[in-house]
Amino acid sequence: MSSQTSITDSRVALAAKTSAKRVPNSVLGMIIFVATEIMFFAGLMSAHTIAKATVLGGVWPPAGQPRLPVERTAINTTILLLSAILLLIGNRRMRTDRESALRYIAAAIACGIAFVSLQGVEWVALLREGLTMTSSSHGAFFYLIVGAHALHAVAAIIALTWVYVMMRAGKFVPSRFAATQIFWYFVVVVWPVIYLRVYL
Amino acid sequence: MSEQVQHAGHDHPEPGFFLKYCWSTDHKMIAMQYLFTGMAMAMIGGFLAYVFRMQQGFPNHYVPGFGLVTPGRYNEVVTMHGTIMIFWVAMPVLIAAFGNYLIPLMIGCDDMAFPRINRLSYQIFLLSAIVLLGSFLVKGGAFGGAWTAYPPLSASGAYNLTPIGATLWLLAVALEFVAFLLGGINFTVTVMNSRAPGMKMFDIPILIWMIVLATVIFMASAGPLIAGAVMLLFDQTMATGFYDPVRGGDPLLWQHLFWFFGHPEVYVVLLPAMGIVAEIIAVFARKKLFGYKSMLYSTWGVGILSFVVWAHHQFVAGIDPRMANVFTVTTLLISIPVAELVFLYIATLYGGSIRLDTPMLWALGFLAEFLIGGVTGIFLGSSGTDIYLHDTYFLIAHFHYTFVPIAIISVFAGITFWYPKMFGRMMNETLGKIHFWGTVIPFNVIFIPLFMTGMAGDQRRIYSYAQFAEQSRPALQHLRTTSTIGLLVMLSFQLIFIFNFFWSMRNGKRAEANPWRSTTLEWTVPSPPPHGNFAELPTVYRGPYEYGLPGRADDYWPQNAPN
Repeated sequence: MSSQTSITDSRVALAAKTSAKRVPNSVLGMIIFVATEIMFFAGLMSAHTIAKATVLGGVWPPAGQPRLPVERTAINTTILLLSAILLLIGNRRMRTDRESALRYIAAAIACGIAFVSLQGVEWVALLREGLTMTSSSHGAFFYLIVGAHALHAVAAIIALTWVYVMMRAGKFVPSRFAATQIFWYFVVVVWPVIYLRVYL
Repeated sequence: MSEQVQHAGHDHPEPGFFLKYCWSTDHKMIAMQYLFTGMAMAMIGGFLAYVFRMQQGFPNHYVPGFGLVTPGRYNEVVTMHGTIMIFWVAMPVLIAAFGNYLIPLMIGCDDMAFPRINRLSYQIFLLSAIVLLGSFLVKGGAFGGAWTAYPPLSASGAYNLTPIGATLWLLAVALEFVAFLLGGINFTVTVMNSRAPGMKMFDIPILIWMIVLATVIFMASAGPLIAGAVMLLFDQTMATGFYDPVRGGDPLLWQHLFWFFGHPEVYVVLLPAMGIVAEIIAVFARKKLFGYKSMLYSTWGVGILSFVVWAHHQFVAGIDPRMANVFTVTTLLISIPVAELVFLYIATLYGGSIRLDTPMLWALGFLAEFLIGGVTGIFLGSSGTDIYLHDTYFLIAHFHYTFVPIAIISVFAGITFWYPKMFGRMMNETLGKIHFWGTVIPFNVIFIPLFMTGMAGDQRRIYSYAQFAEQSRPALQHLRTTSTIGLLVMLSFQLIFIFNFFWSMRNGKRAEANPWRSTTLEWTVPSPPPHGNFAELPTVYRGPYEYGLPGRADDYWPQNAPN
């Protein structure tokens, strides 16, 4: 029976060891959620690719439709990428200098808001030039994909702002901050793909 | 972990009716909410089947309880039957109800990882069911463009004649997907993070593995369908042209996005059903599950292959024949791991000391009927034969030989098996056996004639064959009528189950903690389990299928028994 007990003990010891290394629930949940989001955007992007490849006359964007502001959006893309770098630095500083970390997080949120606002300005201009949901499949896919991304960006800004306010109030939950960061990085990383596929 | 221990020891005041039954975060109560909602929806779905089978069996006669079935009403009824049975019966009962009830109990923890998200998941699901049922009442009626919602039929109210119903249908499906995404995240995180100490990967009961894999498949495939559904919603409501070829869209695009989800969905509901059957077979054969790891790897194989077979639904839709060849090969490939699973079940039965209690009858019924479904699928998976058989009643019969075992037979297996745990009473065995034979025999009477009418050329979704000269074939009418009579018999036997289910709740023999003498953790707690499940959180010492061990007093060795 003694060998039996030692197997038992080693099992319990192993379980204790693995439980210490576990990924927190909210982080794991967010990773799974982001995976489904990636599939959602993959669906949209592949649909867009097919529409682009099979467009009547083989001209994209279709005749009479405005070109997308490639250059201005390149600047905007840089702003969004910058926000991820700021947040990354904020995360690193969290362990050593919380005050400076919070400043970086605030800067990341500001970049996010700037990105969404500039996108909004761009939309207004495009609508004036005659690109709408119903003007062509080009317009429909543009507003669908970029709009879906904008909604995600707004959600990320709200989430990170909430985490920021909670931290300012002295309630720092590391796993919640980590989960919000994952979502933020997802919003940032999916954008260059959209930019390359939809704008260029 | 310390949080859980504290939680289990808490003394809760007895909550009021609303808090207890409608606002609970207890996984067992949420499972019951899903189970009862799913059963109610099953009755509605069954009633709809009765309506259109009556129209097929006795064309253009008054249907008792419904009235005259007009072409438009026929379309609504078949669409809603398919939608309800797949999305509001199979999914909530097999995954949400059994998953919620069994995951924490079988892996040895007190509740889900996110209990409040769990409650929210059910509430969104309930809302989706209300939206769907509400669509029966709007102007034009419920959606009548078939459960696959192909555009242009689904995209334009001028074609499907149910403009409001079509939008509500999309909305209901979207809400339901949100509910199951929340639930799926919860399931996966719980199983990864909350297992009892000592429960390693290969000590997890196969049912839990299969539910988790099913939710992973669901979450990986749902995204593209949601993307497609948003586009369809815009086509319906904002006059965009995503699926309109005249305006640069492509109707085939929907079929790809839909079936990219729709085919994995088949395995999303199949896997939990296979899991339930595996648990029951091991217990009632008193034998270790044959090839636990092979079973697991086969299941992974099914899950991965399920993502590359979808275009076999589109062989006649005008896809490139070379692509059809590829999808024929992948489709036939996926039958290998599924057949492997069935062989493993049969190998488990071989040489066991089999007890034929009601749950075991259902489990064996599942194997036999599902086998017919699988074998007939080979003809539909081959692009050559599919060109003839596509959209005939052969397909309907094949589909129901897979889905009735999944959504009906395995659910009955699961309910009769875990009923003592859920309600603390045993169900009546005699009534259970009558119900079993009264369901399985008429089930074959319904669908074997439909194989024949399908091979003779009967197309599906036709409200009256007499209206179409090339579809008429009066010589087949007796087969159509036989099928309808089979359904009437099968439905009337369900009353026995409903009676047994509710009668046993009060009058059944009191169930002990482990009436089936099973090894898994849910049988170590009292029946029904108290709030917090385990008085003391268990430690796991061995795999879940230690039966028929020589040299031990009992023929089973519970997972949590130190020696």
